[in-house]
Amino acid sequence: MDINDLRGVSTIFVMVGFIGLVIWAYSKRQKSSFDEAANLPFADEDTHNSGKSKLENKDHD
Amino acid sequence: MSTATEQPTYNYKVVRQFAIMTVVWGIVGMAVGVLIAAQLVWPALNFDTAWLSFGRLRPLHTNAVIFAFGGSALFATSYYVVQRTCQVRLFSDGLASFTFWGWQLIIVLAAISLPLGWTSGKEYAELEWPIDILITVVWVAYAINFLATVKIRKTSHIYVANWFYAAFIITVAILHLVNSAALPVSMTKSYSAYSGAIDAMAQWWYGHNAVGFFLTAGFLGMMYYFVPKQAERPVYSYRLSIVHFWALICTYMWAGPHHLHYTALPDWTQSLGMVMSLILLAPSWGGMINGMMTLSGAWHKLRNDPVLRFLVVSLSFYGMSTFEGPMMAIKTVNALSHYTDWTIGHVHAGALGWVAMISIGAIYHLIPRLFDKEQMHSVNLINVHFWLATIGTVLYIASMWVNGILQGLMWRAVNADGTLTYSFVEALEASHPGYLVRWLGGMFWVVGMLLMAYNVWATVRNAEAKPVAQTA
Repeated sequence: MDINDLRGVSTIFVMVGFIGLVIWAYSKRQKSSFDEAANLPFADEDTHNSGKSKLENKDHD
Repeated sequence: MSTATEQPTYNYKVVRQFAIMTVVWGIVGMAVGVLIAAQLVWPALNFDTAWLSFGRLRPLHTNAVIFAFGGSALFATSYYVVQRTCQVRLFSDGLASFTFWGWQLIIVLAAISLPLGWTSGKEYAELEWPIDILITVVWVAYAINFLATVKIRKTSHIYVANWFYAAFIITVAILHLVNSAALPVSMTKSYSAYSGAIDAMAQWWYGHNAVGFFLTAGFLGMMYYFVPKQAERPVYSYRLSIVHFWALICTYMWAGPHHLHYTALPDWTQSLGMVMSLILLAPSWGGMINGMMTLSGAWHKLRNDPVLRFLVVSLSFYGMSTFEGPMMAIKTVNALSHYTDWTIGHVHAGALGWVAMISIGAIYHLIPRLFDKEQMHSVNLINVHFWLATIGTVLYIASMWVNGILQGLMWRAVNADGTLTYSFVEALEASHPGYLVRWLGGMFWVVGMLLMAYNVWATVRNAEAKPVAQTA
């Protein structure tokens, strides 16, 4: 074991971490909280736009 | 959806200050760019003074457009977006004000010291060590103010734009600290803490990540707020935005060596830089597609909204330049393109087409809201500005493609006996028409920015007459 083993293994860790992130991001469980987050730019409407209707959630993703 | 029942009072003062200075520094920085572009066409324009020579004004131009114009746009939009999406006032008005005046002081010091020839000689990090220390202090104040505002947010989520802004702020702090490490020998002169190939690698680790985090991550933060806001629909895929974020910040760090192909840098480092640059295409295009597809079902809005046009065309240029970049990072392509005007064209496809256009779109979105107006003074003028900027960018990059390939081919041409076919001056002479077209493209840009300044002034002019809105 030397420092190069650690370097090699760290690549695997990052890859596993990234795949885990993708699975997490695309899991059904996150859907509603992501929809809420995606609407944050519209959650506090300014006075100019207060008359406009609330934006619909899109579900194509 | 958790909607705030009461609107918090936001700090719009600092946003207004930075938004106005974005326009001012945009004009100054681009005007200097046009001057040095003109010097390459008509060399007499340096008037035989050292202060106006290309070598001193070129860093002034790059610092002014990146850090003064782009920086002000990032400060303005990040302070605005973090308040609006966290539904809370900035953590500290005092720190906000300190970052504004501190940043302006740094810009003024740069504008004085660079023409005087005080430089550390590191590209995009030319400022000497006393100014570097001031940058660090202001930047830490900015980081504290931004991150503390996220911390005290009223919403449960941290909106994706804030992730990009936070990554930009933290990474730029690290890049600046590492690359600017130097040994001062006087108030105006210092020497890098690194030497030889290591110094070169530290410089381009900094340089490429300045592109990746200052000129990309920060402006992607802008994209994730202003494109949905202007299109009036949420981002195409929030999931993709999360994957986009992590993929981008994990990959960018490794691409720097492509600036040092065929140099004393170890070969494996060059190859690693090339491969990571190619991989970078995926997150870049993921982000571009996410921004573009936000308009699906709303493309008709482009017909009469020039602000949205600015934002969407900026994404097209982003997609184009992030395809061009990985291609130029391939060693065999780089053998032709490196040290030619192709590189300058590539940088401006990103800097004008992406960074400047998305900033201008964001500022046009902000100005009426910040000064309590229905809309900009003249929507037609925004449209004229849009076409000037688009045509200017196309003229610029097309002329630099022609010049770059021409130079690359002329420099590498050899006779049967191994001698060079063309002298350097012959390649320079052949580049002359391209320099003229590039200068013209720059002129289009400056005229557009002057129209913007008038439009902003006319919009803001009567703002004081009405009571300024307390809330968003």
